[in-house]
Amino acid sequence: MTPHQPSALELDRRAYRHRRSRRSILIAIASSLAFAAIVWVTVINTEGWSKVQQSFFNLDVAIQALPKVWDGFLINLQVLAYSVVTVAVVALVIAVLRTLRGPVFFPARVLAAGYTDLFRGLPFIIVLYLIGFGLPTITNTRMPVVLLGVIAVTLTYSAYVAEVIRAGIEAVHPSQRLAARALGLGYVQSLRRVVLPQAFRKITPPLMNDFISMQKDVGLISILGAVDAIAAARSVASLTYNFTPYVVAGVLFILLAIPTIRLTDWYTARLREREQAGAIL
Amino acid sequence: MTALLRATGIHKSFGEREVLRGVGLELATHEVVALIGASGSGKSTLLRCLNLLEPIDDGQIFLDDEDISDPRVDANRVRSRFGAVFQSYNLFPHLTVLDNVTLASRVVHRTPRREAEARALELLGRIGLADLAREHPDRLSGGQQQRAAIVRAIATDPEVLFLDEITSALDPELVGEVLELVRQLAADGATILMATHEMAFARDVAHRVVFLDAGTIVEQGPPSEVLAAPREPRTREFLARFTA
Repeated sequence: MTPHQPSALELDRRAYRHRRSRRSILIAIASSLAFAAIVWVTVINTEGWSKVQQSFFNLDVAIQALPKVWDGFLINLQVLAYSVVTVAVVALVIAVLRTLRGPVFFPARVLAAGYTDLFRGLPFIIVLYLIGFGLPTITNTRMPVVLLGVIAVTLTYSAYVAEVIRAGIEAVHPSQRLAARALGLGYVQSLRRVVLPQAFRKITPPLMNDFISMQKDVGLISILGAVDAIAAARSVASLTYNFTPYVVAGVLFILLAIPTIRLTDWYTARLREREQAGAIL
Repeated sequence: MTALLRATGIHKSFGEREVLRGVGLELATHEVVALIGASGSGKSTLLRCLNLLEPIDDGQIFLDDEDISDPRVDANRVRSRFGAVFQSYNLFPHLTVLDNVTLASRVVHRTPRREAEARALELLGRIGLADLAREHPDRLSGGQQQRAAIVRAIATDPEVLFLDEITSALDPELVGEVLELVRQLAADGATILMATHEMAFARDVAHRVVFLDAGTIVEQGPPSEVLAAPREPRTREFLARFTA
């Protein structure tokens, strides 16, 4: 069978839609140009701007700071890499504990709930002080800063992530669990094979929010005396009396976050395409 | 008799698969038309296209002689004149039955809540669901949910009602109560286009039966002709498989 040849009317409609989208693009370009002009006139083309540029965007200082800041950044990355794994495990366990039913699990539920309440309410910096300075003191041992950082990040972020996972588990319609149990899957099996995969699809965006937030908070380990990106930036900044090193460190953290954000967008778009038929109006 | 809804040369493809291959269909005011055909013949897609829930690839759709397939037309306004009921109810689980029924009245048609609720309760009462108005849909049986979904669709007095295999997900014993409601609506003069596998119901209630196969209309006419004495071999084959 030959494929359908669109009628003149349909071609006309397509041309109209095409014109509409071209018009939208033109409007977008025009408004961007206008916006750029406003920024140029009100910000860049002013006397203060050169001062800002000198103190925050000084290329020479940036080049001087980059190697040191980069070395420090690797420590941040280390803490992040370990924490991702520990947070994932601890958060999942807590989330599952909170969703367990039955009187036997009452203490587990209460403990898990208390934990999330406590560590979501507690400012991260207090956790960091208590762990970073308290733990070595009471054990009377020298502990690597990376380890202390991982413990502090895990304690705090597991509480957040656990709540996100729990919300995801509870957002899966009960009929799904019913169908899984009907097939003979046990509680853990239905959780693992049916509920969690659907839950994670729903919670990918908030999960990524927490991940990005964590990427940034690993920078706080500088207060424990670790020579991470921020501490390195601080030392170069005090030497040069210039704020550019902080901007350099900031740029590194931003560059770290962008792939995560793009990857999430791509992944959720792909899932939507595969699993939801039909147009979304 | 001029048609209330008129579609000509509707084409629709999903990727490479051409689901509708030039379908033309007319629906007069107060007419009840049953769309029959095998699964995958394009019944649901045709209903969605006519309801402007799915963009068409070619052809035209007229409502009261206005070309509603024109991209310049405000599709939301057109859809607010239609009612639709789906196979799996699609009630909103986070709203009570009453809020499900009154949502469009309140939000789209700007009817005051008190007025919308009075009307909804009257409609729900007529089919014996008034007691369940404050419940959430998941607490209702399938038949109750589907009847609530029908009430939601008719609460805004739509000019055309699209019913997409509304009894396919129901127990046989619950099918009756849903079809009885549709029968009442038809008797009250509603304009209905329904995709259905309930041949007996189509014979009783529909003024016209349209047989769709592989994206084209093969045969249409009064039920006494299409269902009892089909002219086309493909219709005969389909019906034979159905009664067997």
